[in-house]
Amino acid sequence: MHPIIKLLAQRLSLGLLLLLAASALIFIGVELLPGDVAQSILGQSATETALRNLREELGLNEPALTRYFNWLFAAIQGDLGTALTNGQSISKAVGERLGNTLFLAFWAAIISVPLAIILGLIAVRYRNRWPDKLISAVTLSTISLPEFVAGYLLMYLFTVQFRIFSPISTIYSGMSLGEKLSAIALPVMVLVLVVLAHMMRMTRAAILNVMQSAYVETAELKGLRPFVIIARHAFPNAIAPVVNVVMLNLAYLVVGVVVVEVVFVYPGMGQYLVDHVTKRDLPVVQACGLIFAAVYIGLNIMADVISILANPRLRHPK
Amino acid sequence: MKDELAILLDRLDAMGITRRGFMGRAAAFGAATALGTTVMGSAARAQEPKRGGILKMGLGGGETTDTLDPGLADSPVPFSINRQWGDTVVNVTADGQIEPSLAESYSVSEDGKVWTFAIRQGVKFHDGSDMTAEDVAATFRRHSDENSKSGALGIMKGIVSIEVDGQNVVLTMETGNADLPYLLSDYHLLIQPGGGVDNPTAAVGTGAYKLVSAEPGVRYVFEKNADDWNQDRGYYDGVEVIVINDATARTAALQSGQVHMINRIDPKVAKLLARAPGVQVTNVSGRGHYVFIMHTNTAPFDNKDLRNALKWAINRQELVDKILDGFGGVGNDVPINAAYPLFDNSLEQREYNAEKAAELYKASGHDGSPIELLVADGAFPGAVDAAQLFQQSAQAAGIPLEVKRVPDDGYWSDVWNVKPFCASYWGGRPVQDQMYSTAYLSTADWNDTKFNNPEFDALLLEARAETDTAKRKEIYSKMAHILWEEGGLICPMFNDFIDAHGDAIAGWYEDPNYEMMGGWASHKTWFA
Repeated sequence: MHPIIKLLAQRLSLGLLLLLAASALIFIGVELLPGDVAQSILGQSATETALRNLREELGLNEPALTRYFNWLFAAIQGDLGTALTNGQSISKAVGERLGNTLFLAFWAAIISVPLAIILGLIAVRYRNRWPDKLISAVTLSTISLPEFVAGYLLMYLFTVQFRIFSPISTIYSGMSLGEKLSAIALPVMVLVLVVLAHMMRMTRAAILNVMQSAYVETAELKGLRPFVIIARHAFPNAIAPVVNVVMLNLAYLVVGVVVVEVVFVYPGMGQYLVDHVTKRDLPVVQACGLIFAAVYIGLNIMADVISILANPRLRHPK
Repeated sequence: MKDELAILLDRLDAMGITRRGFMGRAAAFGAATALGTTVMGSAARAQEPKRGGILKMGLGGGETTDTLDPGLADSPVPFSINRQWGDTVVNVTADGQIEPSLAESYSVSEDGKVWTFAIRQGVKFHDGSDMTAEDVAATFRRHSDENSKSGALGIMKGIVSIEVDGQNVVLTMETGNADLPYLLSDYHLLIQPGGGVDNPTAAVGTGAYKLVSAEPGVRYVFEKNADDWNQDRGYYDGVEVIVINDATARTAALQSGQVHMINRIDPKVAKLLARAPGVQVTNVSGRGHYVFIMHTNTAPFDNKDLRNALKWAINRQELVDKILDGFGGVGNDVPINAAYPLFDNSLEQREYNAEKAAELYKASGHDGSPIELLVADGAFPGAVDAAQLFQQSAQAAGIPLEVKRVPDDGYWSDVWNVKPFCASYWGGRPVQDQMYSTAYLSTADWNDTKFNNPEFDALLLEARAETDTAKRKEIYSKMAHILWEEGGLICPMFNDFIDAHGDAIAGWYEDPNYEMMGGWASHKTWFA
């Protein structure tokens, strides 16, 4: 078998095992939360009778292990069940939400990843001179700013002072792509500001590391222009660490943006998950946890494979 | 009309209502009478409403877990959503009167036990079917079923039979209850086709707006119900509700004109927001209140002197000033204020009195060990700060009060109604009887102070069946005195409902029943 196919198969099966372990951990975590589902759904106004009826209806009286395996087998068949709280199909609700989250993450990534790499290359080209220092100073300041502060600042600037964008990023079916893009302009800006520095700094550090090597010196002696040396000779050898940090940030864009979602009222996965955690909606929490775990594991496998492909020594192991 | 104004002026004196609050009430009264027969003087004459336009509301208090079943509505957004599409049999007006809705009129037997509601004819549901007495009865039956999860189950408990008699629905009560129409105005009891038994979440009703699309926790879209039975409401062509839980985003949305009205303004920013151009901030004192509750059956709170020591050791005015930023009224250790009909203002107002508190604390013989008050951020807005202020004023009186902060998670299941001393809130009820029977009757499910006073219980039942208003007021006054002296309730403040709307909106009036004009903002306002 081709070593790369073998490697892929290995990684994928390991990923599935990890996913299974993650689902068990999520289940245990949710079980440990204080309070119970029936009480959370009915809130302060719950009476004993109503609580008893609801617990019966939701099957909460069955042992935890039985509930876990029932759910797991259904999930394998693609049925994530129905939300305990509002009776909606989870697969359908999660599908829409995940679509929105990926939409936002996609546009944030498509702007931030090339921007970060180009800024990183420029920073290396002019290292320790003013462009390098300016880029570092600006990106490090934006990453140090909490997301909601950045969100509120942009909101104040672009919606209250100058009415360019909408402060509410709610998107729904029936909107044209242009309308959608205009709606998500502000959250995309915030996300770009947040993830830019990490990727930019990593690109800069990785390339600078390579710049010490003998072949770069050779290239310089050949008389190549500095930018060509960086882009053609140094960058390909710095891809592995850069890809890893890019994937980490992409994963963050998918699973970690609940604050941005709340500030801009964006109907993504984060808010959906948080609402259901507070209501102890076990099936939804597990479904979301599983999807998030899958995103993390998938992106990390991708990072691994790409860095191996980018490195001839790993591509052809002895 | 003269009487009405006299009452308003009395209340002005009694409550120290702001001039704006008073004008709001007067205008509300004006709007109500303009629909009737009298046409009033210039000050109170309602403007002629204009029709058209799409109203956008930005509301906080909604979640992706919300359902459209009116029986399960328990937070601000589901409440507002249900108001758009559904009607109850009667409504409570802004000045606390009963007004007909799907019931054209009602009558009651001499003993207050048998109530007959004449159901309006010719009303159609959104699906085109006729609304009949059968539907009304089926709705009541669904909410009074022992196995129901409805939030109105407690209200319906006292009804022993629900019968249809031609165009009438006849309800028979276990004991007489003069307040039944108020109970039936409860927002859970929306009339649905077939009682909503088959499909409780269909959102098909008789309301002014029809549901077009619903995305819980995100957005709801309604269109005007062209066949609305009541043409004196629902002036917009459509209503769009956008759920905005973040308070800053909500105010930004209003300021930038993305929405026309928003609810739940943080008291701390209300005054700032009022200064912003094009924005009107409105506040109305309602029946909602923030409380610290002691279980009167658990040591050390089973000691009346200790309870009263704590009651004298809290600085109510300071809490109103600092926690509500002045948007509220001081409480007086009873859950009733001037927003209730038959309120008795003769009860002595408890002020902060460190000497008296110290004296009572000494008399209680408490061993001086720390008295633990459990509080979470989610108990009410500013609950932790309020508890710390309470701690300081109590310590000045020599009472070793200690604040223990616990997480929001599980607060309502593990702390409230379980631990002997904690913070909580009540949204209030339309009438005194309902408030007392919900939380202070010894047998009530939500008796969160474990209050058990046979005399109080007896008076409550006596007041319920009493049809003479003066006598009822007297009984309620007695009950307030008992609770004030014996109860486990420390009620420092009644909170205002603070909403805001843009200048484009006309016809806004104050309604103490709930936020957003008691939920009627989309029905009774229009674009200027």
